[in-house]
Amino acid sequence: MPYEAVIGMEVHAQLITESKMFCHCSSAYASAPPNSHTCPVCLGMPGMLPLANRRAVEATVMMGLALHCAIPLFSKFDRKNYMYPDLPKGYQISQYDMPFARNGSITVPLEQGIKTIRIRRVHLEEDTAKLTHQGGYTLIDFNRSGVPLIEIVTESDIRTAEEAWRYLVALRSILRYLGIGSGNMEEGAMRCEVNISLRPVGREELGTKVEVKNMNSFRAVRQAIAYEIERQTRLLEQGERVEQVTMGWDEANHRTVFQRSKEGAEDYRYFPEPDLPPIIWTEADIDAIRARLPELPDAKLKRLIEQYALKADDAYLLADERATADYFEVAAQACAGVVEAQTVANWLLSELLRLMRESGQELSANPVTAGCLAELLKIVSRGEINATVAKEVLAEMVSSGKSAPEIIQTRGLKQISDADQLRQMVEQVIAANGQAAQQYRDGKDQALRFLIGQVMRQTRGQANVSIVESLLRELLAR
Amino acid sequence: MELYELSIHEALEGLRSRQFSSVKLTQAVLERIAQIEPKTQAYLCVAQEQALSSAEEADRRRAAGADATLLGIPLAIKDIICTEGIPTTCGSRILQGFVPPYDATVIRKLRQAGAVILGKTNTDEFAMGSSTENSGYFTSHNPWDLERVPGGSSGGSAAAVCANECLGALGSDTGGSIRQPASLCGIAGLKPTYGRVSRYGVVAYASSLDQVGTLGKDVRDNALLLQVIAGHDPEDSTSADKAVPDYQASLLPDLKGITLGVPHEFFGEGIQTEVEQSIRQALDVMRSLGACIIEVSLPHTRYSLPVYYLISTAEASANLARYDGIRYGATDEQAREIWEAYRRTREEGFGAEVKRRIMLGTYALSAGYYDAYYLKAQKARTLIKQDYDRAFQECQALITPTTPTPAFRIGEKVNDPLAMYMEDICTLSLNLSGNCGISIPCGFVNGLPVGLQILGNAFDEVTILHVAHAYEQATAWHLQKPAL
Repeated sequence: MPYEAVIGMEVHAQLITESKMFCHCSSAYASAPPNSHTCPVCLGMPGMLPLANRRAVEATVMMGLALHCAIPLFSKFDRKNYMYPDLPKGYQISQYDMPFARNGSITVPLEQGIKTIRIRRVHLEEDTAKLTHQGGYTLIDFNRSGVPLIEIVTESDIRTAEEAWRYLVALRSILRYLGIGSGNMEEGAMRCEVNISLRPVGREELGTKVEVKNMNSFRAVRQAIAYEIERQTRLLEQGERVEQVTMGWDEANHRTVFQRSKEGAEDYRYFPEPDLPPIIWTEADIDAIRARLPELPDAKLKRLIEQYALKADDAYLLADERATADYFEVAAQACAGVVEAQTVANWLLSELLRLMRESGQELSANPVTAGCLAELLKIVSRGEINATVAKEVLAEMVSSGKSAPEIIQTRGLKQISDADQLRQMVEQVIAANGQAAQQYRDGKDQALRFLIGQVMRQTRGQANVSIVESLLRELLAR
Repeated sequence: MELYELSIHEALEGLRSRQFSSVKLTQAVLERIAQIEPKTQAYLCVAQEQALSSAEEADRRRAAGADATLLGIPLAIKDIICTEGIPTTCGSRILQGFVPPYDATVIRKLRQAGAVILGKTNTDEFAMGSSTENSGYFTSHNPWDLERVPGGSSGGSAAAVCANECLGALGSDTGGSIRQPASLCGIAGLKPTYGRVSRYGVVAYASSLDQVGTLGKDVRDNALLLQVIAGHDPEDSTSADKAVPDYQASLLPDLKGITLGVPHEFFGEGIQTEVEQSIRQALDVMRSLGACIIEVSLPHTRYSLPVYYLISTAEASANLARYDGIRYGATDEQAREIWEAYRRTREEGFGAEVKRRIMLGTYALSAGYYDAYYLKAQKARTLIKQDYDRAFQECQALITPTTPTPAFRIGEKVNDPLAMYMEDICTLSLNLSGNCGISIPCGFVNGLPVGLQILGNAFDEVTILHVAHAYEQATAWHLQKPAL
């Protein structure tokens, strides 16, 4: 019997704000010594009161708007009660029944077309401290305690590991577009929990849900879901029952492992946070936040395809990061009428981004600005250098920070297009390779390739290939 | 007259006219404490050195030509309020040894106004109680009869003011914890409107009900103290961004043009006859001062007690979850792992009443019970607040007894939590509505003071101070002192 997976996801994403969610501590704790970004509030000291971070609240509403959610004009914080060493107050300030945003959606590109995944809610809460287990002891670092965290919950609309992965990519892209989060899973700035159940294809009724946690990369999420679908399928096919449990992803062994039973689920005894008044918006407040939204990935993707006539796959890659798309647009506009936008995209995606990866640089921080790239491509289009040389030039631009004309000048890389100069070289090559010349005359076309290669070698790649080819044909035809 | 017998405004006159220094005054009070404390046990901690050095500083400021609202005035602070460098235990064993690295906003304001902090006064553990018998350390004694309780939870502050062991004090009032001990000790005690005074640095019992207030030898002293501690605090989101009026200016001698409401729900069953008689006589005095007295009704008053004990315990169950012995306070050293450490620390650190309220609150919030208990209580709370709003359309203040009886004997109600809870029957509803109230002495029954409660509209402390002051000045109850 074929089964279908029904998947819902809960994603936690840290917000990038100057201060923590409820106190004045800096939230930029990444490389700080343990417990150096703490104060009586985020340590849960007696008598301390939370103050809601306005920027974090607005960022949550922005995320809600970007996910096409409704923004209720009344919302509030609640206390989620549980005892754990990483939670200094014994409760987490979160949102229960009145989140900042609800009932939205997100679109993800799949091979078979665009899929819409419904978003149930987006709410704001505080992160917990970080526990490090070390030789029988547990160390607590409260730097992370109170860092703003949004939780984004989908409806169970996801069906495959691929869709889940695409969803995460799209979500991260939006976080970065809004400038409110890094979405970096490896660093723990984005975390995700997946609920998976299986049911026979065509049946409405849902199967038993298994929760999967502990995945700290996009790849791990994809692998864990694929593994879990396989595991549950095997169980059902053997006529066994799927237990309602929490599983953890075991990265080393590439499998999900049992963590705990869901029976006797914890009661968090939510109730409204009495230390924080409810948040009441006006329509004008929401409109003002909406006005601050940048063009979002899905709109950008559509526009890149329409405005620049790009291939959809390339446009998708460009639109993933706002910085990449912006870079592309500046370069494409600088090249307008001279170099085709698709050519600009090709150079950016296949050459420059590869160089960025190799050198570990950020596109926005590298010396080759969009204007520099455009200048290089225009030089190529004028025939002053060929593509092969241009790749070398680009690499040097990245490593040295010099401009394309400067590199071409100092290294004498300019393409040789002077027909008289080339005619001489071509004659010499024909003379020196009598056998190949004869083969061409006998009708073997590959021999021409060989002869072109010889000319290029002599000119260290600088010869204009099309002129060389026509000269060879002309002289060999005599 | 001894210096320690002075009220705050009398002492300020003496300090301003250089009759005595703050050091002299503070020393006199410290000596009084040393002499009387074995009888009253009002203080958990006396910060003698800090107090004297603050007094010296106050004298230097005055010598340099400076003045401030409370410059050089020695005050006592309920141990629920955090004081930098002075232990703050909340009357609980679980916070034994905790010295806060910060001042509560009210303490910062007192220091800025030049006050001298004498020490920390006894309280029922985490302000949960009406007699100080729930203190994790000892029970304070009522200066009028050392066999009796001073009331609670701000019983230490009330006893200290009454016994001249300070010139004035701060307390906190969650369900009557300032007004009830003020009543039992025959002094004036004010609970301001919720949001009038910052809660930053005040250890939370029930966050939506807690409010810091003042205890003094007369109404004018309460007005002086409130003037200093009131006002918006950006560190407390529940503090109100409202202008603070001049409270001294509100202390007028008569009650012409004032309409006072008498809610019949606060009289009758459970109220001792002699107490009710004292209140009725006080109403006559107020009438003679020009007040118009009318009957009003607060029909939902009878739900106050259950509503209070659902909401306060629910909030307390979360507020007290942070005391785990890891970052501060007492820790059980025997435990071998974290959960055992939590269990043992809390088992040993919390007293019986605190445990009872944590359990009650945990239950009220539990899945399946939330709607029936917590949510229902919040709805009833709205009705109680609406009762007050309606009443204040007809009158400017309400007159009721503060407590059903005068001070009871130590141990009398210890084994009967419900009888103890009834002690607050006249004060609870005011915390649920968030309004302000003051208790002042209005008579004696068998040598024990009786308290009169004046309840006011939200942020209208001016009116209750006015009514209280006019009545006080027309009577002499506040001038009577216990023989110690």
